[in-house]
Amino acid sequence: MSAEAAIERRRTRRLTHFLAQNVGLVLALAMLVMAVVLYGAAYWIEQTALPGMFELTSTVNNTMALVLCGMGQAFVVVTRGLDLSVGGVMDLANALAAVHIKDSVGSMVGWSLAILAIGALLGLVNGLLVAVGRLQPILVTLATLSIYQGLAIRVLPQPGGSIPPVYSSVLVNPNWPTALVYVLVVALIWYAFRRSSLGVSIFALGNDEQAARANGIDTVRAQIAAFTLSGLMSAAAGLFLAATATAGDATTGNGFTLSSIVAVVLGGMNLFGGRGSGVGVIAGAFVTTMIVNILFFSNIDPLYQSFYEGLFLVIAVVLGALISRLMRRRSR
Amino acid sequence: MSEGPATASGPTAPAIEGIKLSRAFGGVQALAGASFSARRGEVHALVGENGAGKSTLIKILGGRLRADAGEVRLAGGTVELDSPDAAHRHGVWTVFQELTLLPWMTVAENLLIRREPRGAFRLIDRARMAKEADAVLAGLGIHNIDPRGLVEDLSLAQQQIVEIVRVIVQDPDILLLDEPTSSLGENEVEWLFGLIRDLSSRNKCIIFTSHRWKEITDVADRITIFRNGGELGTFTEIDENRAVTLMTGQQVDALYPERPALEAARPLLEARALNGPGVSGVSLTLRRGEILGVGGLAGHGHRELFFSLFGAAPTTGGEILVNESKVRISNPHDAIGLGIALVPEDRKTEGLILPMSVGTNLTLAILPQLSALGVIRGGHEGRAALNMVGKLKIRTPGLRNPVHQLSGGNQQKVLLARWLLADSHIVLLYDVTRGVDVATKHEIYELMTSLAREGRAVLFYSSDAEELAHLSHRVLVMREGRIAAELAAPGITAEDIVSAAVREATSIVG
Repeated sequence: MSAEAAIERRRTRRLTHFLAQNVGLVLALAMLVMAVVLYGAAYWIEQTALPGMFELTSTVNNTMALVLCGMGQAFVVVTRGLDLSVGGVMDLANALAAVHIKDSVGSMVGWSLAILAIGALLGLVNGLLVAVGRLQPILVTLATLSIYQGLAIRVLPQPGGSIPPVYSSVLVNPNWPTALVYVLVVALIWYAFRRSSLGVSIFALGNDEQAARANGIDTVRAQIAAFTLSGLMSAAAGLFLAATATAGDATTGNGFTLSSIVAVVLGGMNLFGGRGSGVGVIAGAFVTTMIVNILFFSNIDPLYQSFYEGLFLVIAVVLGALISRLMRRRSR
Repeated sequence: MSEGPATASGPTAPAIEGIKLSRAFGGVQALAGASFSARRGEVHALVGENGAGKSTLIKILGGRLRADAGEVRLAGGTVELDSPDAAHRHGVWTVFQELTLLPWMTVAENLLIRREPRGAFRLIDRARMAKEADAVLAGLGIHNIDPRGLVEDLSLAQQQIVEIVRVIVQDPDILLLDEPTSSLGENEVEWLFGLIRDLSSRNKCIIFTSHRWKEITDVADRITIFRNGGELGTFTEIDENRAVTLMTGQQVDALYPERPALEAARPLLEARALNGPGVSGVSLTLRRGEILGVGGLAGHGHRELFFSLFGAAPTTGGEILVNESKVRISNPHDAIGLGIALVPEDRKTEGLILPMSVGTNLTLAILPQLSALGVIRGGHEGRAALNMVGKLKIRTPGLRNPVHQLSGGNQQKVLLARWLLADSHIVLLYDVTRGVDVATKHEIYELMTSLAREGRAVLFYSSDAEELAHLSHRVLVMREGRIAAELAAPGITAEDIVSAAVREATSIVG
């Protein structure tokens, strides 16, 4: 084969390459489109109207917390780890916000930053135990999950406290889908992360720890950074949760540990590390919310909601695996 | 450090020296006070059996491992090479034996890792990265590797080439290569040796290890022989028999055993017009007591052929006959049931369960026979396994030790022994001697001929044409998925095999 022909063939393969390398992302986006269509249909059947601005706003506002903690989970999953303490960090952030954030700008900004810093610190503790202590991520974060939940209860023993209305309307404006801006910011964070040295290190670690080290990458630092980022994002998720509820509850974050993993999986990320896209995870988070909405409009007994959610998850994962296998075989 | 020879310096000093280097792993002394030196402008080969300490030496010189004792000197001055980065700062770069590529990242990302071109906001510019990688590959005469593709999708040979390119572009002063040719075909080896000669003509120092004697004598200016963690001397001129004697510490009369006599026996395995991905219209007949070689350049369908005969790769047409009756092999379980065994090249991922014990790995294929009501009877397992360990001279501390503790050659023997235990009559050997030291190679050859003598049939592919020429009754040369030539003993030469293989063939480089 001549060099020119080889180059030509290479060009035509570029799209196939992109698709094959980003199967997860493409599938997650496709799933999101499908979920939106289904939701629209269910909504129309029930209300004989199409969902409008109100529905968009409430969907985005309701999904923000999952988008953030899902992205945090994604950083850890890329390293081939799992962060079960996500829910605990959210609980603590939520409780601290409800107790401490007062009506002044100084308090709102100051405490928000402080809570984010505390979240990062909690993540750092996970990272140090895993990377320096050489312990299993699941064990470490299972233990710290309980510890962080305990601290949250200590800060806010009973549901209560309050979130200033201004704070709520800045984060989750009930009238306009301004939170879409935050979704965009999260996507940009991923975009920049993927093109930074830290991103290369964390992805390399997830590809093959030995090989990463042979390439001179500080894998210990990368692992610590991934958990720290996860803590930071989870704390941000906790703030959004508090803003949505306008009050605090030290247990509302609990369910997010598992749903952050669901968002990561639906987002097409590989749980064995090294592969996946944060943009897919954002889509995954929205799909998770949309499923609940679709079930609501389909008049499904709320008692069976988790049954259908699980069913949907299994179908999505199986289909995703089949399609990605087909696409990869094609591209070879 | 007061010991050792007086420190020389200036242009006459060796480019790199290891002085009385020692390193132990657990209880095993991998290097025991080995010394070694190489000059600028020379190509220096390290030879020795697996476990002689070559790889350990390379890792120490490359900053990947620290020595327990001894020192490393560069141009006469002692240096601390405590990390690959430290070695890189001194211009010492290594192509390690185990690949250090990141499988789910693109070729470009791998080639330029930690040196990525930056664009706005200091973010990595991916488009420019792909272009730079394109230029690097093209500049080295490589056209069939797409920098935008994932490393995972490359063949082993292509991955090895990327690994080499990654180091070459750093313009190393001292280049260390640990068995760089073990997964390369003839053309790729020529390409690599071209690069090596170019580097040495530019006064760089190149140190490499290989088990292929012909390559060593082709490209090396000097040879240092290792045994049991120590060096036995450096030679500019040494013949293979003397080298083998030094390496093994014993006389190996002839590396290749004599072919067993071939009687006009009935065919045991036949393929008729076999088609599948990578294989087109392959027909072959393998008789009882026969050693049938398959040769050709890497990536021309041998692997697919072997795996489809074993039911591990799909076929789209043609038929397979065992004992002259048509059979259906749709998975390895079928194949094993028909008495077909496969020993693949990549024993780590395709044959052995590394963390499990030698004993369990040996008896994996005969578990049903050893089990009562689904529970494995431990005593039987042990006895059967122990027999084989003795018969094949598998060097293992015990049956309970995990397989990954064994050297490569011995792992290969464990896999062979498994199929002997399973009483397989048709043995498919896929490049089993790649990366295996000369003494173990000899034992594997002996084993192959004894299999044939027992009336079993051996089909074997090798990337080493010499091996095919010396051991096979017949050699089939594959090119682009077809049988391009058939050569019959006596009178097969490695040159015949290679020339039949390269005719009109394309390769990764060139």
